[in-house]
Amino acid sequence: MSNQVAAMPRRTRGPWAVAFAKLARNRAAMASLAVFLLIVLACFSAPLYAKWAGTDPFASTLDAVIQIDGVDVPVMEQSTEGLGLGYTPIGPTWRLGNYFLGADSQGRDVMARMLYGGLSSLLISGAATIFTLVLGTAAGLVAGYFGGITDTVLSRFLDVLWAFPIYLLAISLSIVTIAQGISIGPIEIESGSLWLPVIIIGIVYVPYVARPIRGQVLSLRHSEFVMASINLGVPGSRILWRDILPNITTTLIVFIPLMMALNMLTESALSFLSIGVQPPAASWGTIIQDGQALLYTRPLVALAPGLAIAVSVMALNVFGDGLRDALDPRSKVRLGRD
Amino acid sequence: MKKLLLAASAAALLAGMWLTPAQAEYLKEHRGGTIRLLARSAAGTLDPHINYTDQGWQMYQPIYDGLVAFRKAEGMDGFTIVPDLAETLPAVTNDGKTFTFKLRKGIKFSDGKDLGVKDVVASFQRIFKVSGPTSGTFYAGIVGADKCLADTKSCTLEGGIVGDEAAGTITLNLTKPDAEILYKLALPHAVVLPADTPAEDMGSKPIPSTGAYMISAFDPNKGMTVTRNPNFKQWSEEAQPDGYPDVVQYDFGLSEEAAVTAIQNGEADWMFDALPSDRLGELGTKSMDQLHISPLSAWWYAPLNNRLAPFDNEKARQAVAYAVDRNTLVKLFGGKVLASPVCQVLPPDFPGHEDYCPFTKNPGAKWSAPDLDKAKQLVEESGTKGQKVTIIVEDTAISRSIGVYLQSVLTSIGYAADVKPISSNIQFTYIQNTSNKVQMSVTQWYKDYPAASDFLNILFSCASFREGSDASINIAGFCDKDIDAKMQKALDLGVTDQKAADKMWAEIDKQVTDKAPAVGLFTPKRLDFVSKRVGNFKFNRQFNWMITQSWVQ
Repeated sequence: MSNQVAAMPRRTRGPWAVAFAKLARNRAAMASLAVFLLIVLACFSAPLYAKWAGTDPFASTLDAVIQIDGVDVPVMEQSTEGLGLGYTPIGPTWRLGNYFLGADSQGRDVMARMLYGGLSSLLISGAATIFTLVLGTAAGLVAGYFGGITDTVLSRFLDVLWAFPIYLLAISLSIVTIAQGISIGPIEIESGSLWLPVIIIGIVYVPYVARPIRGQVLSLRHSEFVMASINLGVPGSRILWRDILPNITTTLIVFIPLMMALNMLTESALSFLSIGVQPPAASWGTIIQDGQALLYTRPLVALAPGLAIAVSVMALNVFGDGLRDALDPRSKVRLGRD
Repeated sequence: MKKLLLAASAAALLAGMWLTPAQAEYLKEHRGGTIRLLARSAAGTLDPHINYTDQGWQMYQPIYDGLVAFRKAEGMDGFTIVPDLAETLPAVTNDGKTFTFKLRKGIKFSDGKDLGVKDVVASFQRIFKVSGPTSGTFYAGIVGADKCLADTKSCTLEGGIVGDEAAGTITLNLTKPDAEILYKLALPHAVVLPADTPAEDMGSKPIPSTGAYMISAFDPNKGMTVTRNPNFKQWSEEAQPDGYPDVVQYDFGLSEEAAVTAIQNGEADWMFDALPSDRLGELGTKSMDQLHISPLSAWWYAPLNNRLAPFDNEKARQAVAYAVDRNTLVKLFGGKVLASPVCQVLPPDFPGHEDYCPFTKNPGAKWSAPDLDKAKQLVEESGTKGQKVTIIVEDTAISRSIGVYLQSVLTSIGYAADVKPISSNIQFTYIQNTSNKVQMSVTQWYKDYPAASDFLNILFSCASFREGSDASINIAGFCDKDIDAKMQKALDLGVTDQKAADKMWAEIDKQVTDKAPAVGLFTPKRLDFVSKRVGNFKFNRQFNWMITQSWVQ
């Protein structure tokens, strides 16, 4: 019996299946993925939530009155004691659909804005990640494969971008484009468009992707299978597409969650500084900014989006680490300058 | 009965004297100590001929003097002009074009040098030599000013300012009568500085002064120390009274939240910046005795670009004026205690002000409620429905809130509106420049001096509009030849009959309001929060709280 078993041919699993199994065994990574997917699901349900709650998260509703336990409560409450100075927005009611997290200084439902804000943050960081990966990969592939003057020009350009502190560069680009938008030939992007932060964030992180990709391509360029293809006269574009790109796919996949986390932080920072998502649209950064003026009386307005950013970024980073361990355990890909 | 009345009167008089002893007695009792003021940042240059900020002007009051001054008194009395370095108000001759001042004797600068006629002449020339921000407006009517404006460095104001050392007189000649010239001479831009003061922006370097105090140290990143001028002897309680504290320590860099806490803890005595909105309720309840609410001659408004669609259409502008709920804006500013709804340009209690509000549910004297139906109808009639409007606001909590609210309003009446907050450092100049194509913005105007022209003529005259310039204070780009001619008439009439001129300004205010070049939002009030030890708080309508007229011990 035992001899029979030993004689059976062993079925080996493919590298993707191995990686997936390894990832599935990483509890921290899977838990992070679940948390992140939950956040994504909640954020994508923002329009449904607003409709169900009967609230417009983008319009000022300073005179609104809501009912709590059959009692009419104004959304903005005027101080009735002393000199009667100032208005305070309603605090959290902890009732879904009825100012669950309270109101902001415009009398808007913070919960509904949180969901819409998350949607903006996710869309911007997701689109910016794609933008960065496409540009960074293209630059890395071309520079690493063709070398020579092409590599010198592209690498120096990336060095120049790399030399700027990331936030300073993003802030400068945002300030320049925020009032007038972008108009280059047929490409016109209006100043309030969400594409502006997408492009700005996408551009500033290109060197972070392009440089490691270039390094990998440089080493692949001198590997035996690529040299063989070159000697056989296979065109460069085909070699890049068929031989080199598949070999850097795992690196690119590892980049996705890590870049997304980074982009989410950058988007929030720009929106907090009023140079990202523009009011009355919401993003977690703009809601923190709105909450800044209410820190003393309604701290939750700023804390809730702050917590959402922290949880999302942490979930993406932990999942990204798990993905890296699963796909390429030898890789040292980690975002940052060191 | 008569005796009883006399005795009661005498007792009341004595009691009154006991309750309000003369300043000299108070000075004896409360003189001394250090009053500590806080601000997020310094007010810019120390040079009084250049600094054009509320913060700077307030601080200059106990430090510098002009030939005349606004009376250092509470309330509306603070709008009265009194002689300061001049012995009396000037003798006016030559059909209102020549003003002769006699300089007081025995006044010294804080560096020990005597004040003389040459200092006055040099100071007037310096206004132009340093290209003072109001040299081309307030002082452009002085004979020779045109040459000085064309070539600042060699400015002599020949024929415009004539000094007679022997007689101790200064003669000021104007090209044409100016009813507001004394107000302009009482502003910090016309204070008298030593003749040898360099003709350049002195920046962080204090300039010797004649007032009760002098600036003894200044670091724009840390603070300013103001101490008593050792050479000061009070010559006029109305113009330059002696002060109570020995030292005024003005520290910069603390946030508004931290400043409130410092005042609550008795570590500071006052803060320049507006109180954080989330602390208003608490302070209004727990620290009522430390709060002072004072009226301001100011206007929060939303200029509508009269030269760009959709607001090049009068009906579209009126529609916005009808739609804006001033009560909501008042709420955003902190409530009725801190602001009042407004429709017109001139603020309440201001020369020429007569209550007027055509853009409300029941048009009349006062604003009552928005009229959205009328607004929507006007948008339809104007044919501008669906057009895109961008509102440019300052990147501050209150301006952003107002911008977001106005965006909601414009959307509700049929426009595709969005709002853009931009840095407070550039917003005011950005919205003035026509090349930026700003359709609508939110801004404020605080009076320079108490005259209707300071609002109407400056903000809405054709001359105040400059295409493509950062200094085009007529932000709306409004220019109505008939109204312009009427404003000129009112300015001329003011030379001989100020009351009649004010009546005329009231009519102009109504005409400008009807055309809706801008939407009046509200009139703000000033809320000062002081420490428990601050006594004798007095608010002057011209330059706000008189810092050194309060005591701390």
